[in-house]
Amino acid sequence: MIDILIGILEQGFIYGILALGVYITYSILDFPDLSVDGTFPMGAAVAAIMIVNGMNPWLALVVAFAAGSAAGLVTGLIHVKGKVRDLLSGIITMTALYSVNIHIADGKSNLAIFTGETIFNSGIAAMLPEVLQPYRALIISAVLIIICKLVMDWYLNTKSGFLLFAAGDNQQVVTALAEDHGKVKIMGLILANGLVALSGAVLCQHQRFFDVSMGPGSVVLGLAAVIMGMKLFSNFGFVKGTTAAIAGAILYKACYAGAIALGMEAIDMKLITAILFLVVLMFNTGNGKKKGGQPHA
Amino acid sequence: MLKLENICKTFNPGTVNESTLFTNFNLQVKKGEFISVIGSNGSGKTTILNIICGTIPLDSGNILVQGQNINKLKEYQRSKFIGRVFQDPAKGTCPSMTILQNMAMADNKGKPFNLTGGINKKRISFYQEQLSRLKLGLEDKLHVKVGALSGGQRQAMALLMSTMTPLDFLILDEHTAALDPKTSEIIMELTDEIVREKQLTALMVSHNLRHAVEYGNRMIMMHQGGIVLDYDAQKKKQTRVDDILGIFNEISIECGN
Ligand SMILES: Nc1ncnc2c1ncn2[C@@H]1O[C@H](COP(=O)(O)OP(=O)(O)OP(=O)(O)O)[C@@H](O)[C@H]1O
Ligand SMILES: [Mg+2]
Repeated sequence: MIDILIGILEQGFIYGILALGVYITYSILDFPDLSVDGTFPMGAAVAAIMIVNGMNPWLALVVAFAAGSAAGLVTGLIHVKGKVRDLLSGIITMTALYSVNIHIADGKSNLAIFTGETIFNSGIAAMLPEVLQPYRALIISAVLIIICKLVMDWYLNTKSGFLLFAAGDNQQVVTALAEDHGKVKIMGLILANGLVALSGAVLCQHQRFFDVSMGPGSVVLGLAAVIMGMKLFSNFGFVKGTTAAIAGAILYKACYAGAIALGMEAIDMKLITAILFLVVLMFNTGNGKKKGGQPHA
Repeated sequence: MLKLENICKTFNPGTVNESTLFTNFNLQVKKGEFISVIGSNGSGKTTILNIICGTIPLDSGNILVQGQNINKLKEYQRSKFIGRVFQDPAKGTCPSMTILQNMAMADNKGKPFNLTGGINKKRISFYQEQLSRLKLGLEDKLHVKVGALSGGQRQAMALLMSTMTPLDFLILDEHTAALDPKTSEIIMELTDEIVREKQLTALMVSHNLRHAVEYGNRMIMMHQGGIVLDYDAQKKKQTRVDDILGIFNEISIECGN
């Protein structure tokens, strides 16, 4: 039982980073960004290939973040400069990334990390005291999500962060502030997809493999987590959007574990994902798309 | 200060819906002028403001500000020296952000939106002081989301926000039209106060003829993409609402409706 709980938390923390990214695009920017389905496995591909080649696993996270950011930049440029609709811009990037990701993984659609150091078995993780060793994956993923959350909370309270909220809330205000709202959107997409790829890179190190099929369903998972988190916590005004998104991811993973426990198989994964998302959406009707964006002063 | 030279604008060129609104439209605005712009629906008032602000492109002609051609500047670049308040109170503020956050953003216009704190605590008392001028009690609601305010309250904030930092022009497009009579008066008086205090050059479109006659120091009437009447401060002082109504009727009769 406790093992299942730990598993849920680990997964929740790792996917929580993805949810933070989706929170930026969906909740703050009001941008339905499907590039996530490409940037999530992209992060995994980057991490896998780097670790297989014996590179530092923490460096792999940094490179994954940068790769995801670059993909976010592409989506942003397609949308803002190319004047392509938001949904389609994401689809274009996502589709292109499918091939790009296989290229990154040395032409393979899946890549296992048999040997090699990951963030979960080397460095800080290895230095943990003996008693904590069984929980090292939980501890590392917890530390990561806390850092991501704190950095994001800080950022969202800066002038730049305010502008991000404004761009999703009312573009006219951004224009009136003599700022280019297109640029602000691009910035948001860069940050969001960086986080998504980071999440993919952490997951890859946790499960020790990259598979190109990790992609489809990521955006749905992220959306479900954010919408569920917002819905559950919107009654508590003091809960920040970032907290809600992470809580949503944990809850989502709990529901998912529940479905598996009820006898669903691994091949039903995407089916469960879709059904859970549907349930979340149906419970979410009534107040429609909840604008959860709110920086806290 | 502001000079519109031979502005031409045709909507939907080359289609069955082609309609030419402006052919060689000219207007010169001097520094410190507060112009009320009146005219029937569809006469081109909003369009000319949109052209000045860069919201829509012009076909030909020049827009000069202090002798500089600003044709090529994008809308957001022109916002550096233009402040604008729309008819729709929702357009000027961010609903899911608090009053304080909205004020802080407006305060930062013209400066970089960088990684320093979004709210400068030292400025809060200044924001409160500004808000208290509205006499709407907003200074005590700093942490309330703007989306929870009434249209009038939001419009008052929009006016404050658009005039918080130094600017050359204030552009008002029926900015009191969506408000109840009392709020409309309050906002109009506040507008006048701000324009005087900051010595702004302003263009104000209004269908409220009394406002148009009472406020400002120049008045123009537009009709079918042209200026049909242009009163200077002195002429304007001698004009009453009834006179303007008369002119309105005359123009409609001339046009056969
Ligand atoms: N985007 C557009 N496409 C086509 N025609 C337009 C467009 N915008 C304005 N027009 C036309 O230009 C004319 C002037 O419109 P405009 O909005 O400037 O009028 P207005 O003087 O502001 O009127 P109102 O008093 O009703 O606000 C109208 O005939 C309108 O149909
Ligand atoms: Mg108009």
